[in-house]
Amino acid sequence: MDLIGATAVARGWRLWEPIARHRALAVMLFIAVLPWVTPYQALATNILIYGLFAAGFNLLYGYLGLLSFGHAALFGGGAYACGIAIVRFGLPWYAGLALGTLGGMAISLLIGALATRTRGIYFAMITLAFAQSLYYLAYQAQGWTGGENGLRGVNVRRVELFFLPLDFTDPVARYWLMAALVGLALLALSRILNSPLGAVIEAVRENEARARACGYDVAATRLMTFVLSGGFAGLAGALQALELSTVSIETLDYATSGLVVMMTLLGGAGTFFGPFVGAAVFALIQDVFSLWTVHWQLLAGAIFMLFVLFLPRGIWGYLLEWSEQRQATQSS
Amino acid sequence: MERTEAGDAVILRTEAVSRRFGNFVAVRRVTAEFRRRALTSIIGPNGAGKTTYFNLLSGALRPSQGRIILERRDITGTPQQRLVRLGIARSYQITSLFPQLSALENVRVALQALTRSRYNFWTPRARLAGLAERAAELLELTGLYHRRHRPAAALAHGEQRALEIAVALAGAPRLLLLDEPTAGMSPEETREMMRLIVGLAERHTVILVEHKMKLVMGISARVMVLHHGELVAEGTPEEIRRDRLVRRVYLGQREH
Repeated sequence: MDLIGATAVARGWRLWEPIARHRALAVMLFIAVLPWVTPYQALATNILIYGLFAAGFNLLYGYLGLLSFGHAALFGGGAYACGIAIVRFGLPWYAGLALGTLGGMAISLLIGALATRTRGIYFAMITLAFAQSLYYLAYQAQGWTGGENGLRGVNVRRVELFFLPLDFTDPVARYWLMAALVGLALLALSRILNSPLGAVIEAVRENEARARACGYDVAATRLMTFVLSGGFAGLAGALQALELSTVSIETLDYATSGLVVMMTLLGGAGTFFGPFVGAAVFALIQDVFSLWTVHWQLLAGAIFMLFVLFLPRGIWGYLLEWSEQRQATQSS
Repeated sequence: MERTEAGDAVILRTEAVSRRFGNFVAVRRVTAEFRRRALTSIIGPNGAGKTTYFNLLSGALRPSQGRIILERRDITGTPQQRLVRLGIARSYQITSLFPQLSALENVRVALQALTRSRYNFWTPRARLAGLAERAAELLELTGLYHRRHRPAAALAHGEQRALEIAVALAGAPRLLLLDEPTAGMSPEETREMMRLIVGLAERHTVILVEHKMKLVMGISARVMVLHHGELVAEGTPEEIRRDRLVRRVYLGQREH
C-alpha cells in the first residue's frame, strides 16, 4: 500500500523518486494532457471530477483504512450546497465552490461524530444509512432541491478570475479552470499526507493499539480524516454542479458511493495516483462499452471483479509493486 | 520538604496489590519497591503471576486491591495513555509495531505524539524540529541505525524487539517496563538484547519480567521472585541465590 506518497516508507527507487516528491505536480501534468488523449472534452472533465472525489475517498480508505459506503452523501451534499447557494441565493461561483467544500465537511462531521466510533462493517453500514437518509431528505425537500427532477439552473456564464474574464460556457476554458482548482486541491491533499497528521493517519491504519499506546487519540484521528475527506468529496460535487449546470438526485444515490469505491480499488487504494487512474479507466470503460450495449455496467462489473481477484492492489498499485521488485532485483 | 534518602531512591511502589480474575487470585498482596536508575527483574515459574503484576504496573489492568505509587503520586487505576504521559513506557511480549512503516518512522511517530503539533495537518512533518534526528539517535542506541529505512515488517525478530524498545524510549520514560524481551530469540539475539538492556539500565529505571532466571542474575541490581501470585523473595541476585525458599520453589525444579 501507499507507495507513491510514502515519505514514511523510504525505499529508494530512482525511477519514482522525482514523481513521488512532486506527486501533486505529476497529477496536474496528467490532468493537462488528459483533454488531448480522451475522445472528447466532457470525458476529461468527468475524470477530473471523479478523480478528485476518489482521491478524497482514498484519504479515508487507502491511508486510514476505513471503508465508507456513504461517500455519496459528501459528494452530493457538496453538489447541492453549491447548487442551492447559486440558484436559491444568487451567490457567485466561488462562493458555491467554497460552500460545497464546507458542506461536504459539515456533513462528514455530522456522520463522523457517530460513525468514527465504529470500524469495519459497522462503519460502512452507518455511513450508508446516513447517506440514504440524506437521499430521502433531498428527495422530499423539493422547494430546495427540486426533488426527483434535480436542481436545475446552476448556470454560471462568466467567471472573473483576477479581473480576467473567462467564458464559462466555453468547454475548454471551463476545463482549465476546473483543472486549476483540482490541482490546488491535490496540492492540499499532498500537504496533508506529508504533515504530522498524515503520519498519524498511517500509524492508525498500521496498528491502532500501538498508536493508542503512543498517546494518540484514535477516534479523533478518524474524525479529522473523515472531515478532510469530506472536504475533497464536497468540492468534487460542487465542481460537478457547475459543470452540468444541474444537480441530480443520483449524486446522493448509493450507486455513487459504490462508484467511488470501485474507482479507487481499480486504480490502487493508498496510492496518490491510483484514484485518478481508476477514474480514467472507469470513464473509458463506460465510454467504450456504452457504445456497444446498454448493459455496459454488466461488463464494468465483470472487469472490476477480475481486478479484485487478480490485481487486488489496483492498476497503479501493481505498477508500483512491479517497479519496486525490478529495482530490488537490479540492486541485488 | 524533607525527603529521606530511601524515599528518593524509590521511584515506584506497590502496596499490598492484588488482582483477582473471578475466584482465581493471580497476584496476592504484593508489596514492593523499585529503585531509581537500576535494573529490577521479576522472575518466577510459569503462571507465577509475573505478567499480571507487570500489567498492573503498566496500567493495562486495574488492581482489585492495594495501591500503586509513582514517586509520590497515587496512580492506582490510571489508564495506560495517561501513564505514558507520566513517564511509564512498556514493551509487549508480542511484537507491536507499525509494520509497513520504516524503523525510523516507527520511532519518529512515537516522538511526534509528545509534541504539540502532533495533529498538525499542514506543516511538512520534516519540519518538526529534531524529531528525525532524535529518532536516528534512538536507533543508534538500539543498534538499528543501519536498518532505519527498512519497513518494520522486514526486520528480523530480534531487531523488531529492539525497535520496540527504541519506540518505548521515545517517550523519554522515567520508567521502562519490559515484558520478556528475549521471548523467542536465538541465543545470539538474546545476548545482544541483554547487552542493550544493561546499557539502558545505566541511565533509566528498568523493570524486567523474565521467565529464564539465568538470564537476569548477572545483570540485575535487585531481583523479585513471584510464586503462585505471591512475592516470596526480594533482594540482590546473591541473596536470591542463597534464599532457601527460592531454591525450593524455583531452582529446585531444575535440580530434580
